[in-house]
Amino acid sequence: MTQILIVGATSAMARGAAFAWAAQGQRLLLAGRDQAELTRLAQDIRVRFKTSAEPVALDLDETGPREGWLEALEARHGQIDGLLCAAGWMPDNETMRHGEPALQVLQRNLTGPVALINAFADRCEQRRHGFIVGITSVAGDRGRQSNYLYGAAKGGLAIYLAGLRNRLDAVRVPVLTVKPGFVDTRMTFGLPGLFLVADPLWVGRRIVAAQSAGRNEIYVPGFWRLIMLIIRHVPEFLFKRLKL
Amino acid sequence: MTAATVKQTLAGWGRYPQVASQVARPERYAEVAAWAREACLARGMGRAYGDAAISAGGTTVLMTRLNRFLSFDAGSGLVRAEAGVTLDDILQVAMPQGWFLPVTPGTRHVTLGGAIAADVHGKNHHHVGSFSAFVRSFDLFTPRGVLTCSASENRDAFNATVGGMGMTGLIGEVTLQLRRIHSGVMQVQHLPAPDLATALALMEAPEHDDEYTVAWIDCLAGGKRLGRSVFMRGHHAEGPLTAGPGEARLKLPVNLPALALNRYSVQAFNAFYYRWEGRKRKPFHCDIAPFFYPLDGIRDWNRLYGKPGFVQYQFLLPPQTAAAGLQAVLQRLSKSGNASFLAVLKRFGPGGSGLLSFPAPGYTLALDLPLRHDTLGLLDTLDAVVMEHGGRVYLAKDARLSASSLPRMYPHLNEWRDIRRQLDPDGLFVSALGQRLEMC
Repeated sequence: MTQILIVGATSAMARGAAFAWAAQGQRLLLAGRDQAELTRLAQDIRVRFKTSAEPVALDLDETGPREGWLEALEARHGQIDGLLCAAGWMPDNETMRHGEPALQVLQRNLTGPVALINAFADRCEQRRHGFIVGITSVAGDRGRQSNYLYGAAKGGLAIYLAGLRNRLDAVRVPVLTVKPGFVDTRMTFGLPGLFLVADPLWVGRRIVAAQSAGRNEIYVPGFWRLIMLIIRHVPEFLFKRLKL
Repeated sequence: MTAATVKQTLAGWGRYPQVASQVARPERYAEVAAWAREACLARGMGRAYGDAAISAGGTTVLMTRLNRFLSFDAGSGLVRAEAGVTLDDILQVAMPQGWFLPVTPGTRHVTLGGAIAADVHGKNHHHVGSFSAFVRSFDLFTPRGVLTCSASENRDAFNATVGGMGMTGLIGEVTLQLRRIHSGVMQVQHLPAPDLATALALMEAPEHDDEYTVAWIDCLAGGKRLGRSVFMRGHHAEGPLTAGPGEARLKLPVNLPALALNRYSVQAFNAFYYRWEGRKRKPFHCDIAPFFYPLDGIRDWNRLYGKPGFVQYQFLLPPQTAAAGLQAVLQRLSKSGNASFLAVLKRFGPGGSGLLSFPAPGYTLALDLPLRHDTLGLLDTLDAVVMEHGGRVYLAKDARLSASSLPRMYPHLNEWRDIRRQLDPDGLFVSALGQRLEMC
């Protein structure tokens, strides 16, 4: 059995992936800020799947390297074989465009995750063992005025993951980039203009299946690959005039 | 914490009435306490048929994401979980370990919170009582904080909340006592009853009794065949445990035309069903799902009734007046030709402690009626018959009862109101049903 660290474990998609792994009997470490919630989620997984699940404290707002944190975690819980980074934060567009929230969006969606994944990637490289999954977003495929700060952070994370995949291929450590479209989560609840919203438990199952299948990059639901292909190919002189 | 809310049109399972409401869906347990200081009403899976799970002017709080198990003891069968956990979730966890719901309604897609709020009953009511008899405790969030309620602690709040239709506060965590089973299979027997008197006699007769009993009744049959039924009885068999109750195999993707279920199609179905099911006079084995949850096999079956929706009418009559009252109701139904596709007759045992709980000794009949121009008028006349015979209607199914009828049906209404006022002095937790029936 492997031990998987899930970062941003209070998110609904992370819960979906946790369910799918727990159903296979994998042991889980659920990391995030809200310990009370993580404890509930861990208890839930233990009851539903009779596998081990432990809450772990992690605040991605803290800057700086993560090597020490990861070492301490492994010292306590044993070797970590896989990492899912599902952390993400999207405030409303007006809030995130200026001042402190703009930087926080970058910290929580890009810098914080990169610091952690970097530390884990080094260990995987040394051990020639492990896997990495990062959840980005279709918003990272092209900058739009409605949420380009979030998009910039997620797009940056996607490029980081692509580079990491390239680097770790030599040691056969797979890196999966997950680009969700609209998923029925806390982040999207009540937002206008959503269509074909996916169930986060289903998305979680798709993530776990794609990881086992050794995929590199998936869109969930899959039709978003086509939508984003079109969006990426609209010429910029036209695109900049659109209200997207 | 900013709570996103969205304006939605909500309805119950009968898809009538449709009511606009602000809706929120908390994902963290701490949000429950915050919502308990606002005008709101908890909603689970939306299986109440009418307007019971819609806030009257406040926010309807979807509890479905607060569905975490906290513990399950496979030795004692005690489960603790958040109110948004469904009975299906519990079966998935408990059945493989030899435990089953002590009381289950006809669908497993209801939440624990909803099952408590409606104090649901099952086919074993005449032996074990309703759901609340097995609720060891729950946490009730009110504007003044959280109360742990049980039969011994905060008893008034407990008795006002079980059957209280969500109007005493928000239910957070629940501890439920499950029951042992040694098999995932039911041993079942069907007996045809050519008329109402035979059906009632079968339900009364000790030699025909079983752990679970119920009768399907043909509401369109008239004259000599009035009350023609198939009596069904069953109990948990001995044998291997199974993994869980299984999933819906069929899904109704669209609304059927409103005319699809008419007097003639239902009459034909009923005649077929009576003969087909009535011939299973020898005991046979069947799975949990078809025995307890025949309609869960078809997802979104409420679309059978088309766009106008339908109303469910479930009433109870005390033992002394049941035979005469049922006869009077069935005569009116059969004459009206309003086709009830599904009608279920069940004997109840003693009632529980819930002040507004529906079950009490006697007989209950549940009908689905497609919403036609004359349906509501017909039900008003049935209300009169039910009250005349000292009965009541089930609030979890109701969409149309009038406020003046309620006190005659629920003698403990004022006691409930007094306790409710202490728990919720500012009237935050009022449902559309509560407003319609002037309960608060």
